[in-house]
Amino acid sequence: MGLLSWILTNFWALLVIALLALVGARIAWRILKYGATRDELRYVLRRSPFYLLVLTFCFFAIAPFLIMFLHTFKTDGDLYRRPQPFIFRQDPTIEHLDALFNNTAYLDFIRNSIVVGIAVVIITLVLSLPAAYALARLTGRWGERAGILMFLVYLVPPTLLFIPMFRIVVLLGLKDSPLALIVVYPSFTVPFSMWLLQGFFKAVPPELEEAALVDGYNRVEAFLRVVLPLSLPGIISTVVFTFTLTLHEFIYGLVFIADTSQRTLSVGVPTELILGDVYFWQPLLAAALIIAIPVGLAYNLFLDSLVQGFTMGAVKG
Amino acid sequence: MSLRLPAFPFDNRRVVGALFLAPALLYILLIVGFPFLLAIAFGFSDVTVGNTDLNFVGFRNFEAVWDNAIFRQVFETTIRFTLISQVFILLFANILAIIFTQDFTGKWFARFIFILPWATPVSLAMIGWLWMLDTKYSPIDYLLLQTGFLGPGGILSKDRNLFWLASPDLAQISVIFVQVWRMTPLATVILMAGLSSIPTDILDQAEVDGSRFMRTLLLIKLPLILPIMVIALLFSMITMFGDMTVVYVLTRGGPVDYTRVLGLYSFQVGIEGGNLAQGAAISLFAFPLLLAMAIFMLRTASRAEVR
Repeated sequence: MGLLSWILTNFWALLVIALLALVGARIAWRILKYGATRDELRYVLRRSPFYLLVLTFCFFAIAPFLIMFLHTFKTDGDLYRRPQPFIFRQDPTIEHLDALFNNTAYLDFIRNSIVVGIAVVIITLVLSLPAAYALARLTGRWGERAGILMFLVYLVPPTLLFIPMFRIVVLLGLKDSPLALIVVYPSFTVPFSMWLLQGFFKAVPPELEEAALVDGYNRVEAFLRVVLPLSLPGIISTVVFTFTLTLHEFIYGLVFIADTSQRTLSVGVPTELILGDVYFWQPLLAAALIIAIPVGLAYNLFLDSLVQGFTMGAVKG
Repeated sequence: MSLRLPAFPFDNRRVVGALFLAPALLYILLIVGFPFLLAIAFGFSDVTVGNTDLNFVGFRNFEAVWDNAIFRQVFETTIRFTLISQVFILLFANILAIIFTQDFTGKWFARFIFILPWATPVSLAMIGWLWMLDTKYSPIDYLLLQTGFLGPGGILSKDRNLFWLASPDLAQISVIFVQVWRMTPLATVILMAGLSSIPTDILDQAEVDGSRFMRTLLLIKLPLILPIMVIALLFSMITMFGDMTVVYVLTRGGPVDYTRVLGLYSFQVGIEGGNLAQGAAISLFAFPLLLAMAIFMLRTASRAEVR
């Protein structure tokens, strides 16, 4: 707490120092490597507008998250009385984080989101792995048409379907159950992951499968033992993006589930942590930030893979 | 140990292809096709949350919706928001895609930051913006106040606050800004895919010919990724057209009706108001537009493949 409190109270100074130190270290490194010549200085000057542009974009992207981070630790007095949003006038506190985890249904939301996410990922993989392979390698003209149909389905927004789906969910007795979401979410995750996986499968050299066929494997075995292991990195990134798609979904979660303890993160946090007109700002902002960071990291880790799958699937189709 | 499958059906390309494709196709038809038909049936019926009978009422719902002044405004707002935000999304996405296909120090971290708005679940990111745009405590207002743009003698307003989400103009600008903020990374990623798929021999040749950065960009890269740009554009248009999360959390359509979009209106009439039939009719009005966009997108995509 001592260290955290020190970091928070000196947040902006530390941020500026850290940035300057990084830039300084980088320039020093270049000077050590290439010598402090006029060319080197000119290079640094020529590059600086580029970095300024990057910094500007970064600032806009991260501004609300910085505010979330600082406000998580603010006391009520500091937050509401003669507000100065960027600095701490009272000591930082973790009481709101404590309240978020112990006095609200936040942990329930996390649990529900994880359960729904994992179940949907499994269903999605079972359905889309073979289907994507069929589209990539096995079917000709009509398979391509089926692929286009799938793509069109992905573009039908939930706002068009949620009313009849609500009716069906009520009829099936699934209202207020995460099972409703597990059944419905594949409607967008399956087309999405088929489209992505298809790209990864196309990247596997066909010669390898043909060699397997010559060795006496049939098509199904060649798929299971050659293609699947080779596209494992692509499959993992598909899993990550499918999971986060379920995490993002809002409308179905809002309409199908009204019971607080059964709600998922994306719906639970903005609806249940607000009592009527009373906003519990610190826990709210903390709840959003805690989810944003890991998902952001996962996206960044698998972004190259996503770009690759998209390129293979859509461009070189 | 290894289970041998009988050879005949499993070595035939077409049979295996059909078997592999069938489960996914059937599931999707069941879970999207059926509700879609039901949405159309609802549109022509008088179904409500309380009354589950489907009585055919012809075009009554559609006529009632179309004659409704609020619906007209909602429809117009949705289209306006979508079009205006696309201009900015496309502009920023192009710049960012060029930035992030270069190599530079700190790229990994910069990319993490710039991807955050897209990675965060929309409804949660909107909580952050709800605070940023708060009527009384907005940090943006605070900055403007300190720099003399607000408060007594201020240029923007004499008041201490701008009331972002409470004044009609600012609320609309806020919603558009936030949409641009959260959708730009997605468009950027699609454009990055386009840029990285340009064959390197073309770029090498340009370099050999002495083409400078801007020239290569304007005369070679941008024309080559034009089809991808159209895909990115339509993709984010379709996503935004069907979105209701942003306005649901930020404004609930207010002040008055100024930020009410189609998806939200359909939710408010159909679910909150309990009139399923009219809610379905409202959302069906979006369908012809969405279909036209999707078909245009597919045609562009197939043209991109030919290249």
